[in-house]
Amino acid sequence: MNDMNTDPTIHILRSQLGRARGLGSAKSGLHHWWAQRVTAIALLPLSLYFVLSVLMLEGASRTQMMGYMAEPWNAVLFLCLIAALFYHLALGLQTVIEDYVHKDAVRLASLLAVKGLIVFCALASAVSVLKLAL
Amino acid sequence: MKDVREALMVGRNTQGKLVRRPVSPFMIGSAYKPQMSSVSSILHRITGVALGLGTLLLTLWLVCAAAGDGAFSVIQAVLASWIGLIILIGFTAALFYHFCNGIRHLAWDAGKGFDLPAMHQSGRVVFAATVGLTVIFWAVGLYIW
Repeated sequence: MNDMNTDPTIHILRSQLGRARGLGSAKSGLHHWWAQRVTAIALLPLSLYFVLSVLMLEGASRTQMMGYMAEPWNAVLFLCLIAALFYHLALGLQTVIEDYVHKDAVRLASLLAVKGLIVFCALASAVSVLKLAL
Repeated sequence: MKDVREALMVGRNTQGKLVRRPVSPFMIGSAYKPQMSSVSSILHRITGVALGLGTLLLTLWLVCAAAGDGAFSVIQAVLASWIGLIILIGFTAALFYHFCNGIRHLAWDAGKGFDLPAMHQSGRVVFAATVGLTVIFWAVGLYIW
């Protein structure tokens, strides 16, 4: 950005490619965008299934909970939900952190902490579902 | 001008001299009234982060269920307490908002519903559907309970 106190000028002799070169590629930007949409679409039916499951398991005993997860469809759908949900959450929180945290070191630390916590919670949830189911 | 984006911020005055145009202030704040576009957008982000916190609760619920009878009865009691119910009502409202407004975003991604009347209309539908779905969920939930 130019200094706001100097008069603006336009240098037209430099090509756009020349300006972009050396600044780095867009890296995985498109993949991030696409993965967020794919997981969003997956979560449309899965979150409705989750809401219905919560209604069915309301006030359930642990035995009823194990009986529910012992049905293979329920265990598989819960595992699908966990995969899509935590992936979508990781992508979304990454965008929020990148938008609002401007100091490089703090941003990197926040991203690592949030992603680490998300992987931990996703695995803890999936192992719990499997333990209930098996 | 070093960056092509700056071309949009530079214009010429009546003397033909290059001048820097004023830059728009941030959408949320004192400069703008709350609008359907800005309010529904920031709510999508706020409910997304809130649902992220709610996901910790989902993890805790599943882990307690896997851990044993003692842990599961504790988490079920906490969720059925007044504080638990308030958190769960907030969680379901955030979930239904993010769900409905997410469909709106997917429609925009497909290039549909971009004009202002359609955007205002779909925004109102999202707010109404959020309230409706939350009320229906809790009516059914409390009836079963």
